[in-house]
Amino acid sequence: MSTNAKDLPKDLQNPLKRARGLGSAQFGVGHWWTQRVTAAGLILLGLWFVVLVLGLLHADYATARATVAKPWNAVLLVAFIVTAFWHAVLGLQVVIEDYVHTRWKEIFLMVAIKFLAVLGVLAGALAVLRIALGA
Amino acid sequence: MAEFTLPKNSKIQPGKHFPAKDAKKPRTFRIYRWSPDDGQNPRIDTYEVDLAACGPMVLDALLKIKNEIDPTLTLRRSCREGICGSCAMNIDGTNTLACTRAIEECAAGDVKIYPLPHMPVVKDLVPDLTHFYAQFASIRPWLRTQSAAPDRERLQSPQDRKKLDGLYECILCACCSTSCPSYWWNGDRYLGPAILLQAYRWIVDSRDEDTGTRLDDLEDPFKLYRCHTIMNCARTCPKGLNPAKAIAEIKKLIVERRSA
Repeated sequence: MSTNAKDLPKDLQNPLKRARGLGSAQFGVGHWWTQRVTAAGLILLGLWFVVLVLGLLHADYATARATVAKPWNAVLLVAFIVTAFWHAVLGLQVVIEDYVHTRWKEIFLMVAIKFLAVLGVLAGALAVLRIALGA
Repeated sequence: MAEFTLPKNSKIQPGKHFPAKDAKKPRTFRIYRWSPDDGQNPRIDTYEVDLAACGPMVLDALLKIKNEIDPTLTLRRSCREGICGSCAMNIDGTNTLACTRAIEECAAGDVKIYPLPHMPVVKDLVPDLTHFYAQFASIRPWLRTQSAAPDRERLQSPQDRKKLDGLYECILCACCSTSCPSYWWNGDRYLGPAILLQAYRWIVDSRDEDTGTRLDDLEDPFKLYRCHTIMNCARTCPKGLNPAKAIAEIKKLIVERRSA
């Protein structure tokens, strides 16, 4: 008995073909691990940052500037900025992968958040360095 | 984007009402109905069942409805003792097995029964699990070895056997996977808690010699890392297992074989 093409179900793939898909990316542990390491770093840096800001309550502009200009404070502040943006990108990436299922939108957002994060880091670091280096 | 609202043809309509006659102990069941044959939207039918003449489990009530009230009600069932996983469905807001869920345990008021969430429906309470089973097949869930076959069974110490406790009991009913939001949004690629628990069952098996390949196959942003430890899986498992822990153990092993 011959079968007409129009009588066939639309999808003739074996379900296993679909389940196996493009296979494993053999990748992902780096993202997962870095997200946790930056989270741990942010706990310490975040606590330090809160203490720093509390210490500046009621301080005038010159005192605040002098505090930020201290070498350790400047280093930790830049570290805090870098870690915060890094962790934010990793987190946003997960949200985008979870919910944005249109491929071009997904790629656009992935690239956009990375560019914005790099800009944020550069702007933050430059601000701290200008004060620290007395520019 | 992920779909958060039902499409038009999936919106649920009010359905038929089957009142009980002279019931001594009536209880109302509100059940999801959909047939692929009539072109209608899904509806919720209401059945009043006399618990004085019915077994204690939700499955008993469903079978009483099918046998005595409405033979068109469609569901899967087989063992009626929580070992086959056929009667997995959403009862009283939780995915569980109809055969091990007592009617008395359900919250006061009507007992609401739906098919497993976010799966294509074949009819009424029967979900299409084709992809779920294909995902299970994709992890090649059998003992894989390199060494020559021994003359007798492959031995395992009692300590190593103990590592399979909490894993081997999984009956693949799909309650956990279909309770997982990550599986709802990305089930096409994410393997889901049930399949990952099964994968871990073979990874920790002391007789299996393909551990590295198994980890290679799982290390993927979608297959494995969609698990965000939401824990619905552990909460809903009718066998009391913890798939989230098995997934965490897989993640730990993948970290263990690399440099920190």
